[in-house]
Amino acid sequence: MSAGGDVTASEAVSVGARRELPAFRVSRSTRLHLVVLIVSVGIVVLLASVPIWAQESVTNTLIILFELVALAQMWNLLGGFAGLISVGQQAYIGIGGYGLWFFGDELHVHPFLAVLCAAALAAVVAVPIAPLLFRLRGGYFAIGTWVFAVIVMIIVSNIQSTGGGSGKTVISAALLPRTERIYGTYWVGLVVAVGSILLVYLLLRWKRGLALTSIRDNTLAAESSGVNVFTSKLIVYVVAAFGCGAMGAVVAMNLLRIQPAASFSINWTAYAIFIVVIGGFGSIEGPILGAVIYFALQQTLAQYGSTYFLLPGVLAVVMATKLPRGLWGLVNSRWDIHLFPVRRGLVLEKPAAQPPKAEAPMTAEQATS
Amino acid sequence: MNWVNIALQGVLLGGLYALFAIGLALVFGVMRLVNLAHGDLGILAAFITLAFLRTGHVGLIESAILSIVIMFGVGYVLQRGLLNYTLGTDDTRPIVVTFGLAIIIQNALLLKFSADEQGLDAGSIETASLHISKQIAIGWYPLLVFVLAVVIIAAVQLFLNRTKMGRAFRATSDDREAAELMGMNNRHIYALAMAVSLATVAIGGIALAVRTTFDPTAGSFNLIYAFEAVIMGGMGSLWGTLLGGVILGLAQTLGAQAFGTGWGILCGNVVFLIVLAVRPSGFFARTVTA
Amino acid sequence: MSFLEVQNVDVFYGDFQALFSVSFSVEEGQIFAAIGANGAGKSTMLRTIAGLSRPRSGQILFEGQPVDHVSAHKRVGMGISMVPEGRRVFASLTVNENLQVGAYGGRPGDWNIESVYELFPLLKPLAKRQAASLSGGEQQALAIGRALMSNPRLVLLDEVSLGLAPVVIKRIYEAMVELPARGTTILVVEQDVQHVLTVADHVACFLEGRISLEGKPDELKQDDITAAYFGMDVSA
Repeated sequence: MSAGGDVTASEAVSVGARRELPAFRVSRSTRLHLVVLIVSVGIVVLLASVPIWAQESVTNTLIILFELVALAQMWNLLGGFAGLISVGQQAYIGIGGYGLWFFGDELHVHPFLAVLCAAALAAVVAVPIAPLLFRLRGGYFAIGTWVFAVIVMIIVSNIQSTGGGSGKTVISAALLPRTERIYGTYWVGLVVAVGSILLVYLLLRWKRGLALTSIRDNTLAAESSGVNVFTSKLIVYVVAAFGCGAMGAVVAMNLLRIQPAASFSINWTAYAIFIVVIGGFGSIEGPILGAVIYFALQQTLAQYGSTYFLLPGVLAVVMATKLPRGLWGLVNSRWDIHLFPVRRGLVLEKPAAQPPKAEAPMTAEQATS
Repeated sequence: MNWVNIALQGVLLGGLYALFAIGLALVFGVMRLVNLAHGDLGILAAFITLAFLRTGHVGLIESAILSIVIMFGVGYVLQRGLLNYTLGTDDTRPIVVTFGLAIIIQNALLLKFSADEQGLDAGSIETASLHISKQIAIGWYPLLVFVLAVVIIAAVQLFLNRTKMGRAFRATSDDREAAELMGMNNRHIYALAMAVSLATVAIGGIALAVRTTFDPTAGSFNLIYAFEAVIMGGMGSLWGTLLGGVILGLAQTLGAQAFGTGWGILCGNVVFLIVLAVRPSGFFARTVTA
Repeated sequence: MSFLEVQNVDVFYGDFQALFSVSFSVEEGQIFAAIGANGAGKSTMLRTIAGLSRPRSGQILFEGQPVDHVSAHKRVGMGISMVPEGRRVFASLTVNENLQVGAYGGRPGDWNIESVYELFPLLKPLAKRQAASLSGGEQQALAIGRALMSNPRLVLLDEVSLGLAPVVIKRIYEAMVELPARGTTILVVEQDVQHVLTVADHVACFLEGRISLEGKPDELKQDDITAAYFGMDVSA
């Protein structure tokens, strides 16, 4: 054994540290998060006030942004956090739209409440479908979700009572008093967008949150650690269906029309994929950033006709290959910023006895007073 | 007797679906890649054939062959130049990139050829029928396509089992790293696999284009049929894709006859879901682990 | 100029450094043994020589040629062949096909399917069997035979005795000893020290990414080897 004298670092570690490790605790929030919270609330309040002082064209356009934000959050919940890449969320977007018509026009529920009912309907449909789809993995799971979307679209197209191939007008929403309709649709859209962010945030903060990322990263290891993979995946799939259903209802309420080709269009998936690829995967911030960027892109390029889709497509392919973690991922790796407190970090309880440079590397966040 | 005719139609339709499925299964078998642009690449081949035909200098057969050869090259370059970089432990990237590719192809085709329905004219063979008995007749063309599917599956299977490169495909599929250690260049082998895959889907796309009209968005459904044929037939088996295709074809044609034309496709999809629920690994699944 | 020269090689797995400026050389016709505990870096060293990992700095010279940045599949053509840890036979291929695939590189030489069956007669009746159905010892023999099919000048053996019955290990070592006479140099990595020291001409002991001891087996003391293996400081 060691013959006395100076204790080198490696010997100390291998013998059993006699150094004092500074006291620390595991925490999620820092001062930055507090600032972000205040700013976010401010932004939401500002957005909520828009119908009061802006023109109708502004509110109409912003609703599209809200739809994209909600869609991206749900898609990312599935793909970025649980590792379930779906190219068939349009099934639930369409069900949400048709659900709005069904609850609003057929069951005479107030349209704004019908949005909630439509979302619930989407969630209910998701429950028996999930176990079937979970038998497929990876790319085959993706195509499976697409097949389901196609099935729903075909069924809806062929039933006359839902309007068949030409669709229907959402009369219950169309008949609302004008101001109520414009303000209400906008605010419901805002609630759905903010709600989707909160929903994902809460799901991750819940103890299942850590379980989710473990499933995404290594299913086998997660299973052997006792994580109930199936239930976690099911919950995520159903929540994503709920969110997409709500979003689909907002779309229908905004356009006042449902139609199989549009409501169940694969384009919704295309938007979602572009957004998360450009903005970022596996974080809450990424899809928000991506939605804003894509929204801006969409608004500027729409004037050039349907070919505008080519540019985002190329961008997505390039980014997925070169910058797989998206723009937010880039920001993240440079500056290690996390706006949403979902990750746990080590916080030093009191300043360490030695100067910080001599510390063994820990992901220490700033000590909160 | 009408039902027999319908059923025969369905079986032969399965041959067409198998043509689409072979490439998807091959690429998944060799490098675990699910190519979401597979169907659109088949339609691309049909459009390339159309473009050659329109020049007026070449006939249908020559255009088709040129198209198939081009798609072979496209497959090699696509895999070597782009898709090889998406492979790895992450499932997401290949799906996202191939989906993006599908969108790009569809929109590029829309730009160049518009959304109009197109067709490839093969002359009288398209409608000629073979009378097996007084009441039973099958079309010459669907029979031809079915035979073509059988021949191609047999050829690919022979290639995999009896040739040096075929063994290399199988070895790389079993253990990529060990294959490298034996002197096999993964990047090249993957590219060859994709080249073969696109050549077969090109044949499928052209066969489809002769049989019915097509437009830039037709690729999506071909992907779905290919996928359903692969899953129902069992992953890891090429002959299985023929069986899967036949089941799908039967379900579609019988369903259309029983419930009306709009419901035929739905029947096919529902049968797929049932097979998925009951026999998730398909009928011919082969998985081998050391 | 030695047959194989490793000069100041650093290898990283991401941020983790597995080898620290490792240097050694192997002479032609030698059986060179690398021993050490789990995680000491010996397999990493082998993988780097085979080309599955690249050194961040340093050089590897094979027969005078730098190979450190040559692709793994190309090194086979140059005469380097590896039997990887865990056997890694091609599960869905038959024994015969595994051997055929081993010759993919196309190097000329004495090794062919017949001569491999002569070296490992236990494989001959298994020729048409799928490799997945073979026992551990049979798979190990197959893996070695497969590596020989490329007529290598240098064979890298990674933990070939792991998990095998003593009688199988004995057969493998008997085969190993025959190889230098047939023109193949061997670099073997083992955790089982006793066995490998009986056949090795030269041994290097790895510890935490560095070589802690090197020399001829009959010139090294048992205590020194144990100390070098476990990293105990015996300086008095």
